[in-house]
Amino acid sequence: MKRIVVVGGSLAGVNALEEIRARGFDGDLVLVGSEPHLPYTRPPLSKEALADGIDPEQLALRAPDWYAEQGVTLRLGHAASGLDTRDRVVVLDDGTTLAYDGLVIATGSSQRRPAMTAGISTAMDLRGVDDAARLHASFRNGGHLVVVGAGFIGMEAAATARRRGLDVTVVDIAPYPMSRALGPEVGRWFLRRHEDHGVRVLCSTGVAGLEEAGHRTRVRLTDGRTLVADALLVAVGAEAATSWLSGSGVAVGDGVLCEPTLATSVPGVVAAGDVARWTNGTSGESMRVEHWTNAVEQGRHAAATLLGERRPFTSVPFFWTDQYDAKLRCVGRPTSEDDVEILTDNDTTLVAVYGRRGLLSGAVCVNAPRQLATLRRAIAEGTPVPDVVGSGLVAP
Amino acid sequence: MSVHVIFEPTKCQGYANCLIEAPEIWDFDEENNRAVLRLTEPDDALRSKAEASARCCPAQAIRLEERTP
Ligand SMILES: Cc1cc2nc3c(=O)[nH]c(=O)nc-3n(C[C@H](O)[C@H](O)[C@H](O)COP(=O)(O)OP(=O)(O)OC[C@H]3O[C@@H](n4cnc5c(N)ncnc54)[C@H](O)[C@@H]3O)c2cc1C
Ligand code: SF4
Repeated sequence: MKRIVVVGGSLAGVNALEEIRARGFDGDLVLVGSEPHLPYTRPPLSKEALADGIDPEQLALRAPDWYAEQGVTLRLGHAASGLDTRDRVVVLDDGTTLAYDGLVIATGSSQRRPAMTAGISTAMDLRGVDDAARLHASFRNGGHLVVVGAGFIGMEAAATARRRGLDVTVVDIAPYPMSRALGPEVGRWFLRRHEDHGVRVLCSTGVAGLEEAGHRTRVRLTDGRTLVADALLVAVGAEAATSWLSGSGVAVGDGVLCEPTLATSVPGVVAAGDVARWTNGTSGESMRVEHWTNAVEQGRHAAATLLGERRPFTSVPFFWTDQYDAKLRCVGRPTSEDDVEILTDNDTTLVAVYGRRGLLSGAVCVNAPRQLATLRRAIAEGTPVPDVVGSGLVAP
Repeated sequence: MSVHVIFEPTKCQGYANCLIEAPEIWDFDEENNRAVLRLTEPDDALRSKAEASARCCPAQAIRLEERTP
């Protein structure tokens, strides 16, 4: 292998680069990324960086010299627009081509844009630093922020804006915040926290239409009410960034369809991070995980696979979200269909465990980090729920 | 060669990712919302867990150093 190209200049991509060099590959290594910025970390964009403003140095995943030290050629500000897997060439949006022997797909996810936002220039996204800078700037004048979408990013942005003194309304069709991922019990706990902080959360409510009114936006709700937003954030989830792969022969479903090793359907091509769908041996489930730690571990694993290893990638997924003083950490892969048992529930702490077919499938701990480590091991070992509930395994 | 864990508490933001990756090496101070390093020289059996905890710290508060005794 003479040249490896990594497409997607973010968390999974950087970790793939690092592992490729750590394993002794000394050929050409090229990073293609559509954003003009050096790779940075995203979680602060809805939290500290949104509150305080963007400091590129603080967000950088690696120091600027790191790329030269590792012998990485940067092609930033260019999206890959096509892929020819027969001749092993990546096509960039400026028409140039880049030959590869090995390819890492790490294009992550892009924000979903509902059709009604078309032509609404006041509607803001929150995916990259430029989005966060725009939203941060809009906070300066105070006023009323409307957030469409009560998922993790929407609720984090709501909490941050509230702390900055804005009036905040969140609208979602779901019955509770974050309930699609974590179920109604955890959603209800967070609803209470947000209401205590003065956020208006309109759940089971849809948006019927958007209208620009100068620099404001009128948000028409399905219940007939209209909100007037000084700032409007649309945060209704993300989708895998795979459009550039159409016609390439790389199998794509919801994400790039990978083998358990993170190899794709095409030789010499692997995928990692938000974009990758694979069958996780821990639970036997096909999944695509849109969380930070997964991109770190998969970036490394995909690099190893590309260089000839044949191990399956197995993991107990993990993520966090911070809202006000509530630090939620979740292990495993709970779904709203799982059985939920609440082990601790008070004003500062929440511990919930999820079960599927009798086995522990996930756990949510708010402000209870130590319980989490124990529960993660219990999930990996396939522990029956009754062994966890009321067993003293998790101290209240 | 043995691996040393170097922890910069002032950088720590209390994510607890380290604890989740390697509970053998880390503890957590819930009062101050900070990680506590329990094992500065984990033995070889814990090496990969030590590496995972360093990689998974979003605040880059953890480094590993190889030292020859
Ligand atoms: C605001 C926000 C807050 C978050 N908070 C948390 C959190 O608290 N905890 C947590 O666990 N996770 C969080 N996440 C999720 C986490 O950041 C992602 O899981 C992680 O960034 C995924 O990394 P990735 O490298 O797979 O993809 P991404 O970070 O999505 O990066 C993909 C990169 O590829 C580029 N790209 C896309 N298409 C092309 C193309 N055709 N050609 C070239 N380049 C392309 C994109 O521009 C982007 O730079 C958050 C995400 C956001 C947006
Ligand atoms: S992962 Fe890093 S920031 Fe988080 S608790 Fe551990 S050392 Fe601190």
